[in-house]
Amino acid sequence: MSLIRLSDLHLNLRSGAGEVNILRGIDLDVSEGETVSIVGPSGAGKSTLMMVMGGLEQASSGTVSVAGHDLSRMNEDALAEFRRDTVGIVFQAFRLVPTMTALENVAIPLELAGRTDAFALAAESLERVGLGHRVTHYPDQLSGGEQQRVAIARAFVTRPKLLLADEPTGNLDGATGDRIMELLFELSERHGTTLVLITHDTALAEHCARVISMADGKIVEDTRHRPAPKVSDAGEIADERQSA
Amino acid sequence: MKNLSVALKIARRELRGSASSFRVFLACLALGVAAMAGVGSVSSAMMAGVERDAREILGGDIDIRFSHREATEEQQEWFRQSGRVAETVEMRAMARKSDGDRRTLVELKGVSGSYPLFGAMELENGGSIQEVLAARNGVHGAVIDSSLAARLGLEPGSRLRIGEAEIEVRDIIVKEPDRAVSFASFGPRVMLSNAALPETGLVQRGSLIRFHYRIALAPGTDGAAWIEQTNAKFPDAGWRIRGLDRAAPGFDRFISRVTQFLTLVGLTALLVGGVGIANAVRSFLDRRMATIATLKCLGASTSTVFTAYFIQIMVVASVGIGLGLVFGAVAPLIAGKLVSGMLPFEVPGGIYWGPLLTAGAFGYLTTIAFSLWPLGRAGSVRAAQLFRALIVPPGGRPPGRYILWSAISAAVLAVLVLVTTGDPKLAGSFIAGAVGVLLLFGGGALLIVKAARAVPAPKRPDLRLAVANLHRPGAPTASVILSLGLGLTVLVAIALIEANLSRQLKEQIPEKAPSYFFIDIQPHQVEDFTQTVESVPGITKMERTPMVRGRIVEIAGVPAGERKVDPDVQWTINGDRGLTYAATPPPGTDLVEGEWWPADYKGPPLLSFDAEIARGYGIGIGDTIKLNVLGREITATVKNLRNIEWQSLGMNFVFVFAPGTLEAAPHSIISTVYAETPEAEEAVQRAVTDRFPNVSAIRVKDALENAGRIMDAVGIAIRITASVTLLAGVLVLAGAVISGHQRRIYDAVVLKVLGATRRKVLTAYVMEYGLLGLATSLVSALIGTVIGYLVIALLMRADFAFDAVSVTATAALSTLLTIGLGLVGTWSALSQKAAPLLRNE
Repeated sequence: MSLIRLSDLHLNLRSGAGEVNILRGIDLDVSEGETVSIVGPSGAGKSTLMMVMGGLEQASSGTVSVAGHDLSRMNEDALAEFRRDTVGIVFQAFRLVPTMTALENVAIPLELAGRTDAFALAAESLERVGLGHRVTHYPDQLSGGEQQRVAIARAFVTRPKLLLADEPTGNLDGATGDRIMELLFELSERHGTTLVLITHDTALAEHCARVISMADGKIVEDTRHRPAPKVSDAGEIADERQSA
Repeated sequence: MKNLSVALKIARRELRGSASSFRVFLACLALGVAAMAGVGSVSSAMMAGVERDAREILGGDIDIRFSHREATEEQQEWFRQSGRVAETVEMRAMARKSDGDRRTLVELKGVSGSYPLFGAMELENGGSIQEVLAARNGVHGAVIDSSLAARLGLEPGSRLRIGEAEIEVRDIIVKEPDRAVSFASFGPRVMLSNAALPETGLVQRGSLIRFHYRIALAPGTDGAAWIEQTNAKFPDAGWRIRGLDRAAPGFDRFISRVTQFLTLVGLTALLVGGVGIANAVRSFLDRRMATIATLKCLGASTSTVFTAYFIQIMVVASVGIGLGLVFGAVAPLIAGKLVSGMLPFEVPGGIYWGPLLTAGAFGYLTTIAFSLWPLGRAGSVRAAQLFRALIVPPGGRPPGRYILWSAISAAVLAVLVLVTTGDPKLAGSFIAGAVGVLLLFGGGALLIVKAARAVPAPKRPDLRLAVANLHRPGAPTASVILSLGLGLTVLVAIALIEANLSRQLKEQIPEKAPSYFFIDIQPHQVEDFTQTVESVPGITKMERTPMVRGRIVEIAGVPAGERKVDPDVQWTINGDRGLTYAATPPPGTDLVEGEWWPADYKGPPLLSFDAEIARGYGIGIGDTIKLNVLGREITATVKNLRNIEWQSLGMNFVFVFAPGTLEAAPHSIISTVYAETPEAEEAVQRAVTDRFPNVSAIRVKDALENAGRIMDAVGIAIRITASVTLLAGVLVLAGAVISGHQRRIYDAVVLKVLGATRRKVLTAYVMEYGLLGLATSLVSALIGTVIGYLVIALLMRADFAFDAVSVTATAALSTLLTIGLGLVGTWSALSQKAAPLLRNE
């Protein structure tokens, strides 16, 4: 079943130099639970495509449907709620709120959703990424790898159907990056989350079930192959969905 | 509700980590609120002091004043029936040490045996005033101000000649409970008993004497009702009657005028601070862009983000306002200590809630009016920017609803100004002025930014960088010119006004002013007086005219108290006015409307009146003015209008009657005498006061010096208050420097990487701040000079002269200040190592 359905997607932006066509006729279907990597040179439109999927950028034309929501018909606040409930995002630059502790950073999406058990769930999520002992630390007291783990805990705490990760290891050293990716794949698999990953790292891209290559605002190649998946218990996924 | 609760949580967490970003914001707000709360509280405390000590200040429950004459027997009998009565007599007189030659003008006060009804007369050596003043061995006693003792070399036991009497100085006055609160006095006090007055020979018909009857009403008597009853009983009395509610009307008026002025100064500081508030909020929000974008990305709605940051701003504002209010609350205590001894009453401490609430409201409204714009704009930051390395703050206008709310808070602020000043004309001018000046400075700043962009790029790279920094996007040029410029403009204007007034007072007026006014010359002494003056060598001119004092009762048929007159001419109604009469136009008369009466005019009373005051009353030729002269009411018709040049300090009368009306009234003559040399001045004073003990000599130079001193004091006070505005401007400048700090570090690092030495970078910064300071000075000097010219030439109708020294000094101060502050903020940027920053980038 499709989680993301994009058809004839165009995105044009006005700049000082005139109109720029950033996305030029994208058609794409991504199934629930699928792991997809998007690769391509700088300026290919990878991040823009991801922004459109996350409701952060409105398409100029075409349809965007994510988890049954037609994003082109939603206003800014409805899109914010859609992201809160459906999407988790992990950025290259972590994007933690510097004035909040690790626990508060993870709890904030739940608090925005009005959950009273926000802190308990956030603590659990931090525990899962191995930061149970760092809950009261502020971002500037954490290493880069730890900050990205907090960001991953925050992205997964709402049990999103879709996880968008933009170069999640770009600011980390190789070993730390590997551990972060391992965590990301493990959590996606465990929660049955659809993972869309932007990366320049071909080896990392090959880890995904599907690799989409972009150039000049278009999809130029779409390869499906099975990565070496870690087996998870389907029943556990269902249980966790319910508890969230 | 859910939104609010999350917003509160976000606000709390955000505040935890960013309190230090608000230093300038806090300082701007605290300064403005402190100024307003302080002024309001001190003024309320002073009013409360007057109210609390009203009986002592007034000298009774009721004060009834007669000019030239005593109350009739019937009136005095009525006063005595109503309660205890104290009589005092006040006039000016010449005092001389019996065994010396020096003489001086004094304010003489005779008191009856029951004086004072309330409060106590404090003397250096203590004792009862009545015992001290009583005659001993046939010689009456006097108590005097310490300044007189110093001037004439007097001490207890010395003999003093006043008029024809010889009086013994018994003690020095420490405090006189009912001494009028006045900033201008003609001389030090000499107090003696009423029993001693006849011996002085000063109480003569037509002399300028004021008789006061103070009454301590029987317990339970309502003062206002008593006044009404008494006025009805003696409708033509022509007295001035005051109850406790008007114990010190002149002082009340002074305080409320000063309060109005200082409130507006405080408000100006607050508005200048508002620019700092807007800058601080904007620069704070700019630094929070990534957080705001992250929150939006995580599902926070625009309104949640707005609410969270609005709450933060309001919490910080509350701290700033709180600091200001604490100062305002203790201000009466501080002021009380500072002015103790200068006022005849204690300034009570305590908390005055009214002014504190008002200042607080101003603080919040200013914060809201100035922060909604940047807040509204920050809400529209796009979460998509999180995918970029640099998050650019949104520019342009915020969504319409925020503009609307900004406009509404500005309107409420304007209404509050209107309500607080209680003077729609003044408030209106202030609001219009504030908007005008903001536009003027905004326009000036825009021109300078445009000019910086338009000039051909200089060849020197550091100068090119400096000029470019003035017009680059986000440059603080406009806000610095606006805020610092406002304070500087006030300083330039004040410096110019002061320089011009002081030139008038110290150079121009003395040139044409007479040397002496001689008052209380009896009609039968005129010939002798004229001969005496003319016999002194060096006297160039003498003028004399009869004078009697009267009160305005009605203007064009409307009781004077009910007539709406321009506040500028209110003084003519508040007290007695000098009246004179003349058959032909006095020398120098500048008739602007109507005709002078025939020299042999005999008919109903006609009046020649001051044209400007007529305008203030809203009357013209043919209208009537009713005056009470010595208990007799005279209705005169305005026959013509004159322009009076008050600066000449010559014989200027607002009221000149046609012949046939005042001649019969008991009156005295006043005379102006122009002497060529100081020796002639001294000689004429000696000759006249030796020959006529009842005549008092007022030295014009003394009066001018007195006025000069008052003006200097007022000048200092205004400068101090203007500095509050300047300080607010400096804070804004400091804020701009702080918020540009990150950018400076970045610029400095990039320039250093590209091979610029620290010295080169520093030179570029000095040039940039120098240009900014210079631009601010230019705009301020220009606008300040225009304001100074308008005040001097149009408002005061005096000659305006540009004072280059004051303007240049102020401009130099501004430039140095800007460079200094700019460099303080830049110094650390220069020593920044390049590597860490570049690694982060």
